Amino acid sequence: MRFIDEYRDPAAVHCLAAAIRAATTRPWSIMEICGGQTHAILRFGLDEMLPHEISLIHGPGCPVCVTPIEMLDKAAAIACRPGVIFCSFGDMLRVPGSHTDLLTVKSQGHDVRIVYSPMDAVALARRHPDRQVVFFAVGFETTAPANAMAVVQADRLGLENFRVLVSQVLVPPAMRAVLSAPGSRVQGFLAAGHVCTVAGLDAYKPIAEEFHVPIVVTGFEPVDILQGILRCVRQLEADRHEVENQYARSVRPQGNREALRLMTEVFEVVPRKWRGIGKIPASGLGLRETYAKYDADRQFGVAQITAEEPAICIAGQILQGHKNPHECPAFATRCTPERPLGAPMVSAEGACAAYYQYRRGR
Amino acid sequence: MNSTNPKPEARNPKQIAIPELQFTCPVPLNDHATVQMAHGGGGRLMRSLIENLFLSAFAEGQGRGGEGENGRRQTADGGGDVSREDAHAECPQPSPLPTNLRSVPGEGTCTRHAPRPTPHAPRPVAPSHDSAVVRVESDRLAFTTDSFIVSPLFFPGGDIGKLAVCGTVNDLAMAGAKPAYLSAGFLLEEGLPLETLRCVVDSMAAAARAAGVRIVTGDTKVVDRGKCDGLFINTSGIGWVPPGIEVSPARVRPGDAILLSGDLGRHGMAVMSVREGLSFEGALESDCASLADLVEAMLAAGADLHCLRDLTRGGLAAALNEIAADVGVGMEIEETAIPVAEPVAAACEMLGLDPLYVANEGRLVALVAPAATERVLQIMREHPGAVGPVRIGVVTADHPNIVALRGRFGGERIVDLLSGEQMPRIC
Repeated sequence: MRFIDEYRDPAAVHCLAAAIRAATTRPWSIMEICGGQTHAILRFGLDEMLPHEISLIHGPGCPVCVTPIEMLDKAAAIACRPGVIFCSFGDMLRVPGSHTDLLTVKSQGHDVRIVYSPMDAVALARRHPDRQVVFFAVGFETTAPANAMAVVQADRLGLENFRVLVSQVLVPPAMRAVLSAPGSRVQGFLAAGHVCTVAGLDAYKPIAEEFHVPIVVTGFEPVDILQGILRCVRQLEADRHEVENQYARSVRPQGNREALRLMTEVFEVVPRKWRGIGKIPASGLGLRETYAKYDADRQFGVAQITAEEPAICIAGQILQGHKNPHECPAFATRCTPERPLGAPMVSAEGACAAYYQYRRGR
Repeated sequence: MNSTNPKPEARNPKQIAIPELQFTCPVPLNDHATVQMAHGGGGRLMRSLIENLFLSAFAEGQGRGGEGENGRRQTADGGGDVSREDAHAECPQPSPLPTNLRSVPGEGTCTRHAPRPTPHAPRPVAPSHDSAVVRVESDRLAFTTDSFIVSPLFFPGGDIGKLAVCGTVNDLAMAGAKPAYLSAGFLLEEGLPLETLRCVVDSMAAAARAAGVRIVTGDTKVVDRGKCDGLFINTSGIGWVPPGIEVSPARVRPGDAILLSGDLGRHGMAVMSVREGLSFEGALESDCASLADLVEAMLAAGADLHCLRDLTRGGLAAALNEIAADVGVGMEIEETAIPVAEPVAAACEMLGLDPLYVANEGRLVALVAPAATERVLQIMREHPGAVGPVRIGVVTADHPNIVALRGRFGGERIVDLLSGEQMPRIC
């Protein structure tokens, strides 16, 4: 497969692993931000190829995992309203809220549908003018432009029955939160390539400066990830802290301007709660006042719903890199993909689920 | 075969308003373009459906000939069952009712709507029977059942009918049985185009012919619109296990080679490629096919074949995990040995799916004694039912119940069962 096989080439991978071993003289802790990277690391066993001095810490970059529990409660509450068609990406359906999840709501006879694009939800709203169609707008900078586009399209079409339940989050504020947390072990970052494809590199330079951490924007294939680690290690060993772009085949320094324009037109920066971490200022996106009539949170009056995490779950510590899933007493015992206590066990890209799937019992 | 009827008034032909049709009965009821509730109502409409659609398709040229009885008894009773005694190739098309019997003026009724055919009505088929009576050639029978639900009903490389035949045929073959007879139960949604049903039924007949099995009994029920997704099919199958053949998970031993009959993931990705909201271009066709002939060839060689498993839902990962857990052994497989065609790999990449877990409908794994590996592989290579067969790994006494995959970079990981279906990812 072109553009994939080159980045999974065993010779290149072994060569890079050797280069990392050669470059490493001291222990370093590097966080990969994105859940897609975590998944690839465990799936391909990349961490086992690294010298023991290097620890990889799995970051909070899984949109399913960081969606706060109260947002799932709101989603379930709206989906249960009569006349509602509730649309979501598939992987949100199994995430447990306080009492239920969307799959259970669906099995109770409510109209919950998996869509593959927010535009599918707009099309549903056109086809069913007598129903309220709600789209669960979840994700990082990667999904925000398409979700913004759906709102703009609905507006152009004059759809009165389309709403979005917005739970959009932004990566750079989460990196600041991780670095500012007491006892943070993170010394370098692999930033999420696809997020930077949209948002560009501007937000990362101040973080690298302020916290003295190297940040390497990294792709998702084995060669990408090992190159990202190698560049990060070389900076750490040389006591540099710069923003580097390993994923230049996709990421332009200025990002995707058209996508950013659309995002800015529809959304504004707001504080957001992150599951397992708590409220982070200016860390998310909400609908601008001009698009308020599309805001499901307001239109369905669910803004007052709040909820807290189960106390036993250490998802917060895992999402901030303080602990590995193996260190959780509930891991693979009380907490499994069938009965997840916290979101990182639900999503395929969640760190706990990745450990469960690939490393259980080892 | 009989289910409780939630809306008897809609299905009981006696309840159909008769007076307005009294003398002329001008509208031929079997001209409906779509399935009506009355198609499951035990009356004329149902009989017409059974005779014109099911029997005509399933009686023609099925089987490889020479194995059947001469009896051509078929039935169409009020429960919607169709059974026949070893239905045979020359079964005639049912003839249309003679015009003089289309209505009986003066009797205040119309024979078309009689709950049962009158003794004078022509019987295009032989007298009723509630069961098929069949001959088997062994005292060891394999018996299996499976229900088929797929959306959309037609997909590149197959359809629900072909799937329903091949799925059950393959389950029989995996027990080392020679598939012989199938039943076919249909749940039809009111409003389903009859042309759609005809295409599915024709496809079943063709698949049965190709697999050398006969569909000897069946059942139809119609449910209200919205109560099922167009058409569901259940097939049960009987096959006979030849003397001396013992294919079972119980025979799996550490050291057995794991052979795979072809590349992975074609069926799942072909269906996904045409699913509403997710259509993508590509030369992807389902691998849906009968494996019976391939298995027969593998068994005929007398090689020491321990266990067979067809790869369906959950893919290779589920099949190997099931065997590992049932037998209490471990499995070691090599990522680089497992073939995945480029269009499948590309579609999986795009959606964030792992081909190891994607459904197949025409692939099997064979667990064979180490000494028999090359021989069985050679037979598979020479058979069109296998598409690039390979040895992908070995059964081990280490890590019981766990399937481990050696990755392309040398590392090992667990290939676990998923807790549910794979879901396409967000970003």
